[in-house]
Amino acid sequence: MLQYTQNRVEGIQDFERKLSALGFGIGVRMLELTMWREKSPRRETRVLNVLYFIHNVIWKALFGKQANALEKSTDNEDEYMLYDNEPIVSRFVSVPRELSQFNCNAYVAGIIEGVLHGCQCAARVTAHTMPVDNKPLRTIFLIKLSPEVLKREELLKG
Amino acid sequence: MSHVYYFTIVGTNDVPLYEAEFGMQIKDTSLSAKEETRYLNQFIAHAALDIIDEAVWNTTDLYLKTLDKYNELNVSCYVTPSNTRFILLHENKADDNIKTFLAECHEFYIKILCNPFYTVNTPIVSPTFEQRVKSLARRFLL
Repeated sequence: MLQYTQNRVEGIQDFERKLSALGFGIGVRMLELTMWREKSPRRETRVLNVLYFIHNVIWKALFGKQANALEKSTDNEDEYMLYDNEPIVSRFVSVPRELSQFNCNAYVAGIIEGVLHGCQCAARVTAHTMPVDNKPLRTIFLIKLSPEVLKREELLKG
Repeated sequence: MSHVYYFTIVGTNDVPLYEAEFGMQIKDTSLSAKEETRYLNQFIAHAALDIIDEAVWNTTDLYLKTLDKYNELNVSCYVTPSNTRFILLHENKADDNIKTFLAECHEFYIKILCNPFYTVNTPIVSPTFEQRVKSLARRFLL
């Protein structure tokens, strides 16, 4: 799949965007399917619940384990971080040196974006590799919510 | 007396995905009043979309019960987790049969969705889906 995409793009940014678009369709479907398999199918209306759902249920369905952490950014109100210490996508893909800037977790980021979009929470999701000691593949998925979602959260709170 | 039903699926961007009518009797004896107001069904379903949009935020349930009324027609709605709306127009009171019908339709919709050759938010043309929904309607509605 990576080769397919790589043969059809120019530049790393384009590559990552294409991959994330491929993941998007998966995300919407995953949401419907996993929700149906839950004990009580429901719609998530609050952003935090959606994120928890991704963190627990979706991650388990996709990778067989929970994501390692979910954090709210301290600097920006509209940013959340989802951590995975050993994402399966980068574990088995070796990136050549000339593409060192490229991150194939863009695909997983696309899936997250698809799930959020399905729940009516428009967001931009990007993947960044942040190695720490003995976890060289640790990846952060940065979730940036769009302003109208935040506005709606305010309204729902009241 | 048989009831008339109008069922439609509306996608995320208010795109109609599927529509069907059940219980329409084809009789050449005088056209009934129902026949004549058939075209109105689409308008009624469309008008209900706004009400649905407001209602979805107040509950996490999938089934939204009867939301709107137009003359004798009740509008019941079922919203999937990814905000695809199943709208059913019916004349009798909403009961468990209608809820079951919509939930079963949801399952079929997921099966359609799992087909990699189906693009999300495009009209459903699968004859299998059509057939399944029709037989569901016979079981639960008519």
